[in-house]
Parts: sequence; structure tokens; C-alpha cells
Amino acid sequence: MTEKKIRVLVAKPGLDGHDRGAKVVARALRDAGMEVIYTGLRQTPEMIAEAALQEDVDVVGLSILSGAHMALAPRIMELLKANGQDDVKVFIGGIVPDEDMPRLREMGITGIYGPGASTDDIIKDVREAVQP
Amino acid sequence: MSLTESILAGNRLSISRLLTQVENDSVEGRAALSKLFPHTGKAHLIGVTGAPGTGKSSLVNQLAQYYRKNEDRKIAIVAVDPSSPFTGGAVLGDRVRMRDLSGDEGVFIRSMATRGSLGGIAQTTASFTQVFDAAGFEIIIIETVGAGQSEVDIARLAHTTLVVEAPGLGDDIQAIKAGILEVADILVINKADRPGVEITERALRSTLELAHPTKRVYRHHGQSMSVPTVQSDMETLWIPPIHKTVSTEGKGITELAESITKHAAYIRQSGDWVARDRARLGSELDALIRAELMSRFLENIQQTKYDEVVEKVLNRSLSPYEAVNFLVNGKISQRKKGEGQEDRRRDVTTSSS
Repeated sequence: MTEKKIRVLVAKPGLDGHDRGAKVVARALRDAGMEVIYTGLRQTPEMIAEAALQEDVDVVGLSILSGAHMALAPRIMELLKANGQDDVKVFIGGIVPDEDMPRLREMGITGIYGPGASTDDIIKDVREAVQP
Repeated sequence: MSLTESILAGNRLSISRLLTQVENDSVEGRAALSKLFPHTGKAHLIGVTGAPGTGKSSLVNQLAQYYRKNEDRKIAIVAVDPSSPFTGGAVLGDRVRMRDLSGDEGVFIRSMATRGSLGGIAQTTASFTQVFDAAGFEIIIIETVGAGQSEVDIARLAHTTLVVEAPGLGDDIQAIKAGILEVADILVINKADRPGVEITERALRSTLELAHPTKRVYRHHGQSMSVPTVQSDMETLWIPPIHKTVSTEGKGITELAESITKHAAYIRQSGDWVARDRARLGSELDALIRAELMSRFLENIQQTKYDEVVEKVLNRSLSPYEAVNFLVNGKISQRKKGEGQEDRRRDVTTSSS
């Protein structure tokens, strides 16, 4: 019972209501033995950063299908840093145009996944990202 | 600033990180808990339990909001959800119903998985409450898994236990069953705008009439022992009140909160508060001793020897009791003659020498 578990916050910032993807990922990570904190729809960046802080997560997974990722992601990264959680790895899933990817990676996003991404890859990447 | 100091000052990142250490039962976590322990014992622990889907999370959300608005006290919420017995993973979803509380510095919500514990809370839930207690949270609400009828560990941990029911979940026989209803200090019928609420209320009320007055019995040292309350005459005996709430609309919350305050005052005055603390810390000590002895036992035993004994139990040449006696005391217990076990016994003795 004393083994360290990977804790992941799965959150949906912004206003789109499509949470199927977030739920599939949450379920897959659970089945991979991780503890997934699911926060539900329509979270503000402030709510997500606050939850990440209180839950002391290793990873934050953002599901964004609204196209607002270039507004939401930087704000979340900023807030995590302000809270002293620079070490938290952030992943994005959803619809992200190719041309936005380099800039997202530049601001420190660890992984970006579009439609058709395999959950096995996500699990593998999450595990690798949190390896000490 | 040391970790302990920053916890006592209420630093949220330090609290959060320490909770992780405590949950993983690390050496640092244990050391910090020891340092914080003298600062604990002030908070009011409120347990919320009940079947899945009765609306525990929504109710906790409403209660916390009420306290923040009307009493300005810092509130911590520990929300427990089950771990998968197969993968050890978990989806912790109680925060979904508590979004009204976000953005409030006076509220700290932490989700935790049971990690194999069966009593509705995790092994380290009690330690979590100590961290929050030391960090100055005056009210700590613990929401249990909500798996069913045996979820009584919460009563050992909390000062005030709320059992949440909803209309249409069971008849009066369910209500007489031992277990979860008996641990209730306050009964809540949530979703009281649903049909069938009168039936549920009647069933609960008649159960209370059948059951009371009962003396509260605590388990300690593995045995049940009753702790006599200072006052036990009928007039001052606590009879669990029944509250009807609609937590999605905030109905009935004020009355419920008042009832919780009243219960806290009652157990402080009756001496029950101290009795509960004593029983809780006693059983916590028991658990720690058990874990310590177990790990000491495992240190001193060779894995091969252990596997050998398991093998013998498997092929029925040793009973589990005999195996324990052998492993712990190094003895093979004497079976009565005429049971045809002579040869098997010799077999064990030789292999162990």
C-alpha cells in the first residue's frame, strides 16, 4: 500500500461540452494503475491550477476541442508556475492545428494528442514524463 | 522555513506535498506527522457516508458553502473514492460536484483513493485529517466511498457522522440491519423532492424508535467495549435527528448545519468527544503496532521458508492455524492421535530443520 502512484488531473478548460475524450483517457489511465482526478466540464484555468495544487498531481491532462488552446494553455502554465508547481507535466488532447504545436511545446507542454491517438501511447508518455 | 512551520502557517503547496508523503507512508511523511501531532486535536471532524448516488458530494459542497458564508471557518474536505482491486488505479470524481468551492482560499479539497482499504476510507485518511487539523482547518469533512452497508470506519474517525439516504433505496428491513445506520449521529434524506420520501422517512423513524437508546460501543484492542457516556439519562440522550435536504437547490442545509453544531456541543458536554478521540487514537495505535510487527516478522523470515509453508497449506498438510504457529513460534502444534496426521507432521519437522 505504500507504493508511489502517479496522480493525474484530467480537466476540460473552456466552453465546449465534449467530454467523451477526457473520459476515455481518464479511464485508460486508471486501468494503467494511475490515480486520476476528474474535474468535469467548463473549468477555468484558475480552477484547474487550484485543483492541481490541492491534489499534488504529477501530470495535468487538458482536453480542449474548442480551439481556444492558445489562450487557455499559456494561462494554465503561468498559474502552475506561480503556485510553485513548475515540475508538473502538462499534456493536451483534442483538436490542435499543426502550426500551433511548436509554440505549445515551447511554453512547456509535454505532449499533444489529436484524434486517433492511442491510449497506449499516452500511458507510455505519461509514465516516461514522470520518471525521476 | 521548515516544512512543519510552513504547514502550521497554512502554506497550501506544503500541505499538498505533505499529504502525498503521508499517503505514500514515506519516512519524511511520518516524521512530519510526529512533529505536527502536538498541534492537532482542535478540528471538528464530520463524516459523510451513505450509498452511492445519494448525493454525498453535493451535500458536502453545500455544507462547505454554508460554513464559509455564515461562520467564516477554514474547511478541509477529504473525498475518498475506491481504487480498482485489479490495477490499483482510480478515478476520483468527487470534485465534479464541488466546483462552487473553487477560488476560495479558505477551502482545501483533497481526493484520495482507498488503495486497498475496505472500510470506506483509506488507511491514511486519519493522518490526512491530522495534517489539516494542524494547518488550522477548523472543520474537516470526510466523504467516504459510499459502497454499502459495512462502511463504519468513518464513525471511528469522525466526531459527527452523517448517514445520507435517498428515497427509493430500500425498505424498512434495510433500515433495521446492523451497520451503517447505527453509526449515524445525524440522518439525512437527500433528494427529498423525489417521490417516496415519506416512506423513507417513516422507515428511518421507526428504526430509531426500535433501536434507541443504545449505548455506543467502540472497538478497541480488537474487542468491542462500551464507553459509558457521562450522562445517559433519557432527557439528554442524543437521538439522531432526521433531516430532509435537496442539495442541488440548497434546501434544508441551514437546519442540517445547525444540527451538526448542536451535536458537536452535545458530545463535548457529554464527554463523548474525548471518548471518541481516545477510541480513535487507540485503534490507530493498534493498526500501527500491527503493521510494525508484521514488517518485523517479514524481515526475520526467509522467503523460501515462507513459500514452503504456503505450499504445505495449499496441499492441506498444514492448516492455516498450524502454519501461523509454526512461522511465528517455530512450533508444530500437536494434533490428536488417531487423525492420521503423524506422517505429515514429521514431514514438516524435517523440512524445517
